[in-house]
Amino acid sequence: MGTLIEIRNLSKVYERGRQKVEVLHHINLDVADGDFVALMGPSGSGKTTLLNLIGGLDSPTDGGVAIADTRIDRLSESALAKWRASNVGFVFQFYNLLPMLSARKNVELPLLLTKLSAAQRKRNAGTALKLVGLDERAAHKPTELSGGQQQRVAIARAIISDPMLLICDEPTGDLDRQSAGEVLTLLQLLNRDYGKTVVMVTHDIKAAEYARHTLYLEKGTLVESQGAMADLPGVRP
Amino acid sequence: MKYLDLIWAALFRRRVRTIFTLLSVVTAFLLFGLLDSVRNGFATAGQAGANRLVTASKISFGLPLPLSLYERFREVPGVTQIEYASALAGTYRDPQNFIPVEGHSDSFLDLYPEWKISPSEREMYLKTRSGVIASESLAQKYHWKVGDKIPLQTSFNRKDGSTNWTFDLVGTFRITDPSMQSSNGIVYGRWAYVNEAREKGTDTVDWFVLRVPDANDIDRVAREVDALSANSDHETKTVTEFAFYADFLGQLANIGLIVGAIMGAVFFTLLLLTGNTMAQAVRERIPEMATLKAIGFTPRIVFGLVMGESVLLLLLGSALGLAVAAAVIYEARSRVGYAAFMSPMVQAIWLRGLALAVIVGLVVGVFPALRGMRLRIVDALSGR
Repeated sequence: MGTLIEIRNLSKVYERGRQKVEVLHHINLDVADGDFVALMGPSGSGKTTLLNLIGGLDSPTDGGVAIADTRIDRLSESALAKWRASNVGFVFQFYNLLPMLSARKNVELPLLLTKLSAAQRKRNAGTALKLVGLDERAAHKPTELSGGQQQRVAIARAIISDPMLLICDEPTGDLDRQSAGEVLTLLQLLNRDYGKTVVMVTHDIKAAEYARHTLYLEKGTLVESQGAMADLPGVRP
Repeated sequence: MKYLDLIWAALFRRRVRTIFTLLSVVTAFLLFGLLDSVRNGFATAGQAGANRLVTASKISFGLPLPLSLYERFREVPGVTQIEYASALAGTYRDPQNFIPVEGHSDSFLDLYPEWKISPSEREMYLKTRSGVIASESLAQKYHWKVGDKIPLQTSFNRKDGSTNWTFDLVGTFRITDPSMQSSNGIVYGRWAYVNEAREKGTDTVDWFVLRVPDANDIDRVAREVDALSANSDHETKTVTEFAFYADFLGQLANIGLIVGAIMGAVFFTLLLLTGNTMAQAVRERIPEMATLKAIGFTPRIVFGLVMGESVLLLLLGSALGLAVAAAVIYEARSRVGYAAFMSPMVQAIWLRGLALAVIVGLVVGVFPALRGMRLRIVDALSGR
């Protein structure tokens, strides 16, 4: 199993007025292709910042991020958007579905960026919704779905373009225990059976147990890793 | 086109607000349609008469000219046909029913092929001394039928001392050229009948119309015609029919300025209103736009989506507004018989209206679109 994510000497500094806040300090990290990594740590430790940098939503102040040998920190904003469209699926804590679109139309959104026909987009969205067990709710608007169902729609949207990497920011943070379990099981399935590499930020230890590895961040530094690291190569904090 | 669903859904995300904004756009473009129809009517009046010259008194239009000029005009090289007319005006049954009447010479319909009339009614018109023809819309308005007698109360004395003139409706016509449609409200009679019956002004005419088929002859003919009465007590002024209309209407009002001022105020208000709506709509959807950008929508696509939304809003409203204006104009023209210098909703008005809608849409959309395009995903997602 090769390395999918290579992070070298990664730093991120935010400027708040005249003040500079260094959120990440010289992070080095490799994540193997097909891994499922949980990223934990206290609030303000830099988890989401690291996740955003891996997903190409933000750019580092220093250091580099390579995903499948592509230095995404060197891509232009437009090129980065195109890279995200075909390589990354995002799952957010609050689902981030467009409220005026049906579940199916939400799932179809990333396919608007492809050359697929309307019929193909519809068919693919149906398949993705079936995979997450919501094909019968395709015509429902997000407000007509429970939190767990909305998150599953968001997962369907994340996988519709068949990306290699799933970036999940507190995907169960807004869900009850049962719905959280369903969502995590789904992510596990996508990782195990479909080979998706998953990087998930969570506060929840039970959620982290679904991952193959757990990384801890504290004050912007990777301090510890847990999980079956010996069994799987690629994670070297 | 594949983004249309998304744009449409975004537009009607706040249905009530969008409907109210749409109504204001509809109202603005209804007004635009009506006013531009008037402006267009003024601007194009008489355009069809490019090869016709109108000769009238130099002092004031309507001051009588001697009929004897007719023979002298015929001798001017380049003039192939001449007709002349005298006008009177009256009211039909009610003082509010103002009806202008023109008494024309026999060659009138030859010079005005835009007046479409059946051959039999044309023949009746030429045969009947007191005969008149009216536009189909005017006949419809007053419920006139061919064969009806049309009594008009005028301020023109007849030789018998009466001011009541009675005409026989012998036919109806339709004017096919939009630039001549303002003539729909006039009743056309026979000069010979008017001349014979009137108390004053015998053997005079109010104007001549000269056909000059060759455009190169127009200026020369006009000069030579006016030279024939130079330094007389009935000096003439000869201009093309188009120039005549423009001059005549210009004395009524600077319609372009009036329409421009009104529309300027309306569209300035519309810019503020729709601009505010678009800015608000985008502000509310910042997290959604951040999501779109996160999943791979490029800044350019996000910019296009907002611009598309703005232009679609304006296009929808303008199309509805212009359609309502077309219906109102159609109704007004068919009810009034003629709506003075209100042209039908010709293609040019539609195109001007829709082009204006696109421009307003682009102007009001550009700042919200730039905001959507430039937003930083991580800031927008975290609500900063």
